[in-house]
Amino acid sequence: MKKRVVSVLLVVMFTASIFAFAGCSTSGGSSDVVKLGFIGPMTGDAAIYGSSAEEGAQLAVAEINAAGGIDGKNIELIAYDSKADQTEAINAYNRLRDQDGVVAVIGGTLSGETLAMKDIMVSDNMPVLSPTATAVEVTQDAPNVFRACFLDDYQGQAAANFAATTLGAKTAALLIGTGNPYSEGVSEAFKAAFTAKGGTIAGSESYGTADKDFSAQLTKIKEMNPDVVFVPDYVQTVGPILQKAKEMGITAKFVGADGWDGVQEEYADAAQGNYFTNHYAADSPSETVQNFITAYKAEYNKVPNSFAALGYDAVYAMVEAITAAGSTESADIITALNATDHPGVTGTLKFDEEGNPKDKEVTIIKIDGGQLKYDSTVVNK
Amino acid sequence: MNLFLQQLINGLNVGSIYALIAIGYTMVYGIIKLINFAHGEIMMFGAYFAFIAATSFNLPVWAVLLSSMVIMAIIGVAIEFIAYRPLRNAPRLSALITAIGVSLFLQNLALIIFKPDPKVMPKIFPETIYKIGEIEISSTTLITIGLSLFFMVLLDLFIRKTKQGRAMRAVSEDKDAAILMGINVNRTISLTFAVGSALGALGGVLYSVAYIQVYPTMGVMPGLKAFIAAVLGGIGIIPGAMLGGFIIGMVETMTKAYLSTTWADAIVFAILIVVLLFKPTGILGKNTREKV
Repeated sequence: MKKRVVSVLLVVMFTASIFAFAGCSTSGGSSDVVKLGFIGPMTGDAAIYGSSAEEGAQLAVAEINAAGGIDGKNIELIAYDSKADQTEAINAYNRLRDQDGVVAVIGGTLSGETLAMKDIMVSDNMPVLSPTATAVEVTQDAPNVFRACFLDDYQGQAAANFAATTLGAKTAALLIGTGNPYSEGVSEAFKAAFTAKGGTIAGSESYGTADKDFSAQLTKIKEMNPDVVFVPDYVQTVGPILQKAKEMGITAKFVGADGWDGVQEEYADAAQGNYFTNHYAADSPSETVQNFITAYKAEYNKVPNSFAALGYDAVYAMVEAITAAGSTESADIITALNATDHPGVTGTLKFDEEGNPKDKEVTIIKIDGGQLKYDSTVVNK
Repeated sequence: MNLFLQQLINGLNVGSIYALIAIGYTMVYGIIKLINFAHGEIMMFGAYFAFIAATSFNLPVWAVLLSSMVIMAIIGVAIEFIAYRPLRNAPRLSALITAIGVSLFLQNLALIIFKPDPKVMPKIFPETIYKIGEIEISSTTLITIGLSLFFMVLLDLFIRKTKQGRAMRAVSEDKDAAILMGINVNRTISLTFAVGSALGALGGVLYSVAYIQVYPTMGVMPGLKAFIAAVLGGIGIIPGAMLGGFIIGMVETMTKAYLSTTWADAIVFAILIVVLLFKPTGILGKNTREKV
């Protein structure tokens, strides 16, 4: 009897709590602020990307608000953690749309989570500008989805050009994360471009998403004795790989992609002397870049990585579009986004028909003494 | 040939860590017939304590290992006392579900205390590379294999030669008869958890040194593989766990080296199914008939 009373009470409490939350959700969307959503991983393996991009985005919002916002209205950036998980990302997006009533979304930060949200975003016709999702499919068949960064195949191609031309590499080995669209996408393009430049692919090895033991693969790569090893993955995977490679005495140069950004912080020794393709270099002499770095340093007391720079550019481009549209209607914002011409920190941002940036420059970075040094610039034609 | 030898060493390296962790599973199962699914988390906490000892207190290597092992031995005993002892006479399924609960609890506790982003384990062992002909062995690998073997021999001596070891064997053979012989069963079970957890912690430290990261879910995969190793060798049989650990490590590395990296985990887990189908008692297990 007593048990039954308890369970009835529980049911009542649950029902009540559902209604209580439902009550909250109607309070979104007041008219004196323009709400933008942000989605990215702020915890977990990929935390550095989401939190950096958000910091860059928040900095842009603060600057724009200080300069008068959008027609006197302040901007509010509501950021949710995707935990680099596709389900979490979809939940975050639904919450931004229903509960917070955002007019546009900056995100997702990773390719996987953005692809997971894409279908819902397209059917909502939500204006979306991903700062950093590099997978090809992100903007395909999605007139409302744009991105500020160059694509996986674009940077894979640039990395191959750099390896073949600047490093003079004849043979390359690939180490690919299977089940990671980013790693697979960049590798494919690298393979094609490197072979087109007359290079030979000595072999390609792979690892699973949860793998931590790379010794078997690296032993084989060492045996291949290639000029360069191409490892496009994120820092938390690349770090241990470089560490193991160094322990095993592999002398080939390691080349990576923008997922390497931040590798100098905890894996400086292991990454010493290696290269990766990136969106911008913090030691670039450009005035726009230096102003951004000064402001970012003042706010967060550290040097911004390229995710921060892309988050910053994405917010500026989106706000420009909203201002140009003169309304917060999705269709108007999307039309304005198509006409974007924004001189940003990561280069000039213009979009092609698909919503990808046009002819963006790729910066090659060298890791040297725990610092990221500007090495050269590659433009694919 | 050289490539093969090099891969053999890689396999020994992973295998010795699996073996250390598998011992904990098998000891606990041997004595109270419980599959302690929280063992992977013991390993994870062991790695975290070593990380803290090495970074915040700058302890020397032996003290890092020792402190992590002692702390985890105490925590292992505490877990048994709080979560498993009250269920000693409950159906086995209840204890198993509790073990899964403890595992999830510890994992989330670590998530709250240490945050989910991986920490980089400092290099606590001296770093040199030894060359034997064409084969290169890093000191970390040598120390990992050496320490594992050392503790396995020590454990074997402890169980075969000491009074406490004999008590453990007695309790695992027949608990009720052991009580009649005047063995303190509770103390013996506590001791088993202490030893198993200490070895699990050592496995965790070695794992985190080898793969340089410490994070809250790091115990899951090695824990599962060590469990398979324990079943493969014959659960409840300590030499079986050691053998199973080395076999699993070797199979994993060789699959990655000569078949396919994507298949490595699938093949390891398929071993579990094959063992359960054809020889459920494991390689070193004897078929015993269940008495009615």
